[in-house]
Amino acid sequence: MKSEWPLWEIFIRSQHGLAHRHVGSLHAADAEMAIKNARDVYTRRNEGVSIWAVRSADVVASAPGDREPLFEPANSKVYRHPTFFPMPDEVKHL
Amino acid sequence: MYAQMVDTGVKAVKALAEMSPEEQAFQARIDADVKIEPKEWMPEAYRKTLIRQISQHAHSEIVGMLPEGNWITRAPTLKRKAILMAKVQDEGGHGLYLYSAAETLGVSRDQMVEDLHAGRAKYSSIFNYPTLTWADIGTIGWLVDGAAIMNQIPLCRCSYGPYARAMVRICKEESFHQRQGYDIVMTLARGTDEQKAMAQDSLDRWWWPSLMMFGPPDAASVHSAQSAAWKIKILSNDELRQRFVDQTVPQADYLGLTIPDPDLRWNAERHHYDFGAIDWDEFHDVIKGNGPCNRDRMRTRVRAWEDGAWVREAAMAHAHKHSRRLR
Repeated sequence: MKSEWPLWEIFIRSQHGLAHRHVGSLHAADAEMAIKNARDVYTRRNEGVSIWAVRSADVVASAPGDREPLFEPANSKVYRHPTFFPMPDEVKHL
Repeated sequence: MYAQMVDTGVKAVKALAEMSPEEQAFQARIDADVKIEPKEWMPEAYRKTLIRQISQHAHSEIVGMLPEGNWITRAPTLKRKAILMAKVQDEGGHGLYLYSAAETLGVSRDQMVEDLHAGRAKYSSIFNYPTLTWADIGTIGWLVDGAAIMNQIPLCRCSYGPYARAMVRICKEESFHQRQGYDIVMTLARGTDEQKAMAQDSLDRWWWPSLMMFGPPDAASVHSAQSAAWKIKILSNDELRQRFVDQTVPQADYLGLTIPDPDLRWNAERHHYDFGAIDWDEFHDVIKGNGPCNRDRMRTRVRAWEDGAWVREAAMAHAHKHSRRLR
């Protein structure tokens, strides 16, 4: 019981030059085993060209309850979106 | 289904007015199809029910490797053997995705394994039937994985984010399982009289247990009503079972095989197949542990876990030693 392997979060970069994306988690005794297990669990059908493994305990996350205060500052700044500025139809390439 | 008769621990589904403000806000998010994520507030009963459902689903994937593993050394050709190994490996992978999803709810992997081995957690009734012939490997892919897909596609829309995402991944892979199964049965059905008889015998034995996979009629079940309100059960057992029958009968017809049900006929008014009564006594007996293979399956699982203990411990010891050296 006491020997449960630690949990790792797995990130995979797919073929097309996109960023690594979280695909799930798995248990492994160490980093090398985490990469090998991730290969077997998450890329059986050529889903990726690169794997990142991060100890789940090392992930720092925002608290769901803080969502409103954390993201509120962006709500009032609608001028950050290009659609905030209406442009005359006859002006092109803007 | 892979998760059958999941207990929600509730006696009645609460009306909105009876809920606490937190519960009301939670239900409103579910009603608006907002996904619930691991660290958010959730009613304790929702969390516990999901742990039961997802772990039962995971256990089914893992125990489901056993009846098929039984034929790896005896597959008729090298190609069939390689395909079967890939399929069984997928089932192991599906179990792992699901265990991880359940762990986000605060239960440990070891706890889930212990619950299975102690008989506190269930797995699908279907995996307590024996695979007597090679045709059974085909029939399992065709019927059992077919039934699983039927249940899992709606679950891709379920309310709990990690479970829904695991289902998306599983559904992508499951279609290979069903097709490879149908391919095996089709080859036998087009073969010698003896091979065709083997396919028919297999269908005869697996048809009714496959229909039982969807669980008992749930119209009156409070657990089903609660799970539906929480959107962790999307369609009723009977709806799924009817869809499965409607989909599978033409597939059997194409193979020239006969579904072992004298009451099976097309109902032009309902636009569905009518089918005969299911022997629920058999189902409940299997669920209680008295199916043909229950004891054998658990013995095999427990032995594998115990025999592997020294490997798990050695790997941890090695990792500790190595990390000390790095420091």
